[in-house]
Amino acid sequence: MSLIAFLGTLETGLIFGLVALGVYLSFRILQFPDLTVDGSFPLGAAVAAVLIVDAGANPYLATLLAAVAGAGAGLMTAWLNVRLKILNLLASILTMIALYSINLRIMGRPNIALLGEPTVFEPLDRLGIPGTMAVPAALFVVVVIAKLAVDWFLTSEIGLAMRATGANPRMARAQGINTDFYTLAGMAISNALVALAGALFAQSQGAADVTMGVGVIVVGLAAVIGGEAVILPRTIFLATLACVAGSILYRVAVALALNAEFIGLKAQDLNLITALLVAGAMVLPSVRAPVKRALKGDKRIVGRLK
Amino acid sequence: MIELKDLSVTFGRGTPMETPALRGISLAIPSGQFVTVIGSNGAGKTTLLNVLSGEVTPESGQVLIDEADVTPWPTHKRARLAARVFQDPMAGSCANLTIAENLALAGARGRTRRFGGAVTKDLRAEAKDRLARLGLGLEDRLDDPMELLSGGQRQAVSLLMATMNPMKILLLDEHTAALDPKIGAFVVDLTRAIVGERRLTTLMVTHSMRQALDVGTRTVMLHEGQVVLDVADDERRGLKVEDLLHMFEKVRGQELDDDALLLG
Repeated sequence: MSLIAFLGTLETGLIFGLVALGVYLSFRILQFPDLTVDGSFPLGAAVAAVLIVDAGANPYLATLLAAVAGAGAGLMTAWLNVRLKILNLLASILTMIALYSINLRIMGRPNIALLGEPTVFEPLDRLGIPGTMAVPAALFVVVVIAKLAVDWFLTSEIGLAMRATGANPRMARAQGINTDFYTLAGMAISNALVALAGALFAQSQGAADVTMGVGVIVVGLAAVIGGEAVILPRTIFLATLACVAGSILYRVAVALALNAEFIGLKAQDLNLITALLVAGAMVLPSVRAPVKRALKGDKRIVGRLK
Repeated sequence: MIELKDLSVTFGRGTPMETPALRGISLAIPSGQFVTVIGSNGAGKTTLLNVLSGEVTPESGQVLIDEADVTPWPTHKRARLAARVFQDPMAGSCANLTIAENLALAGARGRTRRFGGAVTKDLRAEAKDRLARLGLGLEDRLDDPMELLSGGQRQAVSLLMATMNPMKILLLDEHTAALDPKIGAFVVDLTRAIVGERRLTTLMVTHSMRQALDVGTRTVMLHEGQVVLDVADDERRGLKVEDLLHMFEKVRGQELDDDALLLG
């Protein structure tokens, strides 16, 4: 893989690190299987693209409003669940489907090109460093800030209440925690992060497309689960680090798989590879223990392996 | 003063499974009283506790805490006034949070939670101090996740968590039933000590007649959603388990066939 290709991979990995942080908040903290992200990711892209191209808005303001729109999508899913008592997974699917139409309405067309338009990455051009290096560096800073902000939030009293809401809602209520409120808030933050990623992705790739959300949830999950398989999430700091690392590793793994021509994989195999990676990462923790024992020379298992 | 006025709860109304759980229960608990509640399976003990904690909304009747009508309050709002220990030792805390984090959650009950750090130096000091009194060595394990603790240890910590902040009533739902007898006795002693020291108004549901008479200052027996026996002070002091059984039979005019009440 060339340096340019690697930097591009890193760039995508970092942007999806934000998705992974959002998915971590819904899946791991709130235990809310949230498929809204397949809709909120293109929602962020759509809002940012329309504001920049059609309204001529400041790209920073456009990106901020994209995150706010994502928060709205998360609130919608959570509201369907806590107020209307619709099963969490189904509630998120309903929002996701609805967002497909909403995104088309927002954009007014299936895709918007951002090439030559002002973006949040524009000031980087003045640094005199090639964009292929400056953009990943800037994104690295953004992702580190987001990671540390999530760490800080989750160790605060309010964040702790949110963790209790996901881990043991009955106990949380008995401790005076309004679990409905924390579910709404958590889902809003989660989808705001995902929409922010969508807005940044559109600006870095030069286009927003209504279909760009397909499979985002699986990629986010791959990053969270894969990251946990590599870095044991003993603390919040390590858990969020695992999300970001998982996201980058996932992109590198995919790029390597597609680049290794002898395997014969093509770009259209991407979703298949992702599914295999997620399945593999989910099995890994249960496989790891026997392998470790075998390496330490456990006779029973060594015998079995022979 | 806790007042329950004519509470009725029916589960599955309008279905073939319709079961009345409470049928017009009224009970007044003065401040500082330690009430034990006994009754056979399905007598309405747990439902009574759930109505007090807000998890079950009664069809009719009122729950008054210090003359304020809290009947429509949801559980999380009621938690300001009513603290609770569950029967299941796993239910009272979060397994994947540390001991210190669990205590921090409990330490914020009854007040607004802040954006500031949850596990502060002050909280660690207080947690250490309170845990040390248990004599279980947990004060040196503040950063261990709760799931590493045994059922008895978790229940002892749950009791600490429930009593960390002030409350109007402490609700104990057969909180020693799932423990082995030795650690169960330890948790009962701990309950007595904490309730006595802080003069907490307490309602303890139990399955054991022995415990119902040994602990607390008043005993209430429920049967089929109604209060069938209510003894306190002098009348209660001389009572033995056999007397309780006898009184129960007299009131109900029928034989008691629940072995669980006789044992333990």
